[in-house]
Amino acid sequence: MSNLHRILPELQKFDPALRSDEFRGQDRVWLSASTLGLSMQCLRDRLGFDLLVDVTCVDYLNYRNASDRFGLVYLLANTQSSQRLTVRVGLNEPELSVPSVVSLWAGADWMEREVWDMFGIRFEGHPDLRRILLPEEFSAHPLRKDYPLQGCGERHNFPVLTRSQA
Amino acid sequence: MPVTAGETMTTPDQGQDYLWTLNFGPQHPATHTTLRIILKLDGERVVDAIPDIGYLHSGFEKIAEKLDYNQYVTVTDRMNYISPMANNVAWHHAVEKLIGLEPTRRCQYIRVIVSELARVSDHLLSTGAIGLDVGAFTFFLYAFYQREKIYDIFETLCGARFTNSYTRVGGVMHDMTPLVVEKIRAFLRNFPRTLDDMERLLNRNRIFVDRTKGVGVLSQAEAIQWSTSGPVARASGVTRDLRLDEPYLCYKDFDFQVCCAKAGDCFARYYVRMAEIRESLKIIEQAIENLPSGPVNLGEEDRTTLPPKGNVYQTIEGTITHFELVMANRGFEVPCDESYAAVEAPNGELGFYVVGDGSNVAYRARCRPPSYIHFSLFPKLIRGHTLSDVVAVLGSLNIIAAELDR
Repeated sequence: MSNLHRILPELQKFDPALRSDEFRGQDRVWLSASTLGLSMQCLRDRLGFDLLVDVTCVDYLNYRNASDRFGLVYLLANTQSSQRLTVRVGLNEPELSVPSVVSLWAGADWMEREVWDMFGIRFEGHPDLRRILLPEEFSAHPLRKDYPLQGCGERHNFPVLTRSQA
Repeated sequence: MPVTAGETMTTPDQGQDYLWTLNFGPQHPATHTTLRIILKLDGERVVDAIPDIGYLHSGFEKIAEKLDYNQYVTVTDRMNYISPMANNVAWHHAVEKLIGLEPTRRCQYIRVIVSELARVSDHLLSTGAIGLDVGAFTFFLYAFYQREKIYDIFETLCGARFTNSYTRVGGVMHDMTPLVVEKIRAFLRNFPRTLDDMERLLNRNRIFVDRTKGVGVLSQAEAIQWSTSGPVARASGVTRDLRLDEPYLCYKDFDFQVCCAKAGDCFARYYVRMAEIRESLKIIEQAIENLPSGPVNLGEEDRTTLPPKGNVYQTIEGTITHFELVMANRGFEVPCDESYAAVEAPNGELGFYVVGDGSNVAYRARCRPPSYIHFSLFPKLIRGHTLSDVVAVLGSLNIIAAELDR
């Protein structure tokens, strides 16, 4: 059962031209990066979505009928009523940054770091936005679609320290 | 990944030159897996801990964009390799939700049985490992002996002990045979006795209780704030359990309890896991005794699961379905859309966000790994405790590095 009728009036205060739909029983809303902070705060405090399940991203480089290059995905849940909501944010180069939600959900810390690591999207206001899974000196963002599956030679050109240098 | 200890320390060093730094891992028997923690110690007390992960990163999500929906199940085996069956079920649950398929009743029951067996085996390992790390070696051996029985059941079921790759889109690899049912019944008969022994060994064991009670306390509000799920959240008083709150497969049919504790410390996490083993046994028993008859895979008209070999050779529909599915660029139809589906894996909420683009390969498949999210809690839980508590906290969170780094 959709809960969009309850959610939409609250969110439309920030963005009247809000897009939303339902697919396989899950509610989805599209927010813009500029209103993300206020909308997320409203979702958590007024609509009861107290659990941030996941933050991830999709690169729509070769996707059919895609309007944006990147689509951020925030999966929210309500621990009391078990409702779920998917929040989408479209991003295009060169403005690959959104406000961080770490101040709302502490658990977003590592999730946002992983998105930065894999897709190169900056989260403004994140306390410690470093790479997390890949080495600090890695230059690419490998889950982007223009990064080849076999890599760009990072493994072959990896600097090797001999015992005398170490 | 390689972090030098000095530059990441947040606490200022002025006047604290008595603090010293200890590298815990990446190769250390008590981390059980490949991860590194930089500890800042004041004597034996941990002032700060900085996790440094990524040693086992193998690009599973990138590989998902190249393997088709049935092939990728082999990679999910290697995520949380302690309970691969649960990962298989989670992956194909998400794929079937995207395609809009409903597996048959028998298939749903079989999937419930294998994921509950996986939960028992995962909890046996994680409680066994915490026992081992705080000095209870017998407990660990009891747990591992019983895990072996579960491996034996899985081997009879699908031929593989460790990396099962058991599920398929719209079905499973093999139907359950009477021999498997017999082995599961024998396990259900014999295992509770060992479980009683295990509980008697640790539940009131002075050393174990002293080392785990009050260590690594996580309050209920913090558990939600830090996005935890599964036994870690339930040990802190969050009553969320996807099996009951968002019933998937056929969990509605079974009578079981959600196990919760309020303390939120290492002992509560251990205790919740032990209690969940008993509830899982209840579910398995109900499922195995009420296993519906009928086909296990979806029929040929759905064009998603490979038909039985007899049909391929003897009927024209079977032949067509087989060729449609195995030929390149054919296969079943997937909508140009995206969906998220999660299951209650032993470690917490394991979900996949799958983006379909019409082909038989996922455009993107994001895995929501519970270990990754739980491990970000670690510095918070260990601050102020002693060095010997590091292994207790680590064990109670059940960090599996293959799932952590993917």
